[in-house]
Amino acid sequence: MTTTGLYEAHIYEVLDTVKDPEIDTVSIMDLGMIERVQVNNGHIRIEVLPTFSGCPALTIIQQNIKKAVEQLEDVREVSVVFINHPTWTSDRVTEKGREGLKQFGIAPPPRFLQEDGSWHVDCPYCGSTYVTLENIFGPTACRSILYCKSCKNPFEAMKIISTSM
Amino acid sequence: MDNEVTPEYKKAIITLLYQLADDDYLFSYRGSEWLGLAPHIEEDVAFSSITQDTMGHAKLYYTLLEELGEGAVDSLAQLRPKEERCNSLLVERPNGEGYYKEAPNYDWGYAVARNFIYTTSKKAKMDALKASSYAPIREVAVKISTELYYHQMHWTTWFTQLFTATEKSRSRMITALQEVIKDAGDLLSYGKAASHITSCELIEQEAAVKKRWLAIVTPTFKAVEIAIPVLPKPIMNGRNGQHTDDLTSAIETMSEVYRSDLTASW
Repeated sequence: MTTTGLYEAHIYEVLDTVKDPEIDTVSIMDLGMIERVQVNNGHIRIEVLPTFSGCPALTIIQQNIKKAVEQLEDVREVSVVFINHPTWTSDRVTEKGREGLKQFGIAPPPRFLQEDGSWHVDCPYCGSTYVTLENIFGPTACRSILYCKSCKNPFEAMKIISTSM
Repeated sequence: MDNEVTPEYKKAIITLLYQLADDDYLFSYRGSEWLGLAPHIEEDVAFSSITQDTMGHAKLYYTLLEELGEGAVDSLAQLRPKEERCNSLLVERPNGEGYYKEAPNYDWGYAVARNFIYTTSKKAKMDALKASSYAPIREVAVKISTELYYHQMHWTTWFTQLFTATEKSRSRMITALQEVIKDAGDLLSYGKAASHITSCELIEQEAAVKKRWLAIVTPTFKAVEIAIPVLPKPIMNGRNGQHTDDLTSAIETMSEVYRSDLTASW
């Protein structure tokens, strides 16, 4: 009996080394972008959820995934496809991802959309809740710009994205 | 719920997708011409972010068209001539007098009024498309709605503030809104393919989407104490390929680099 020794678990390990091109403290696994991995006799199909539709990093991420997985032994072919269902939502960011974002100076996305549509973000530097929203839109599609009144630092926060919107 | 993709059904899907794709593509192009010109830097960040999202939405639709065998995403966006475009008249209108690189005399009031009317009507369409008989369209509508939420909030805020700030801003907004509404006749139209599109249950009837739009904008018009405008009957219908020369020049500018080397990988 022979086996290629190539399992989904190996692919996931590799995927966890593929970082967000702009935020090197979080991987695409941390961001909850990987929906499915299929291994079939050396042929790998990886289904990825795009975060923001217009994000220019998506193509780079696609190429980086392909390059990383192709390094594995016994891999014959890798296809990386973006799918729209389910839709990526910000609650897919893992606990490790939330920590990684904070390390980079980005507040993780708020967890819950309150009934009145409000949400709350804490300062990623000092943890203060005394912050103001300067701009819902930021330097990239996924981030807002805020200011911490306690430690006097401007900071960014990942936007909340929910299908209830 | 999913119908079998018969040739007739496929034709209806393609027709609707071109309308949705071309609308967002042109709207995004007009937005990009504002880059660096918005009233203040925070607005420049916000408007360009919205514009980038919207180009992403156009790409989602063009990708569905590519999957249906219509051609590559980039050529669908860049190379189709005016007569083949299905965008509404409103999005092809220039931002104002002048050229963005040279003496752009754009009116911010017009931009806000157009963006508010466009975004709210897009919201009405997305809500309707979530019940589309074609699953890929439903999925894209859900995806787009998550981002559109922020766009709608943004333009509603501007629209309300400019209408209520000063007498001068209010009177300028009244004029701007009239200009916008004049061109909005085909915005919620599906053109001559309407009955085909709706009988395939890709989206509900035009009248139903208009009703959704009214429900969306009513609180805002009430807040600014302005009568809700009536969308006119279209004089030209972009859904049927009727367009102004402004569309030709927009396509030429937008595709200039792409056309300069069709084999290059960008």
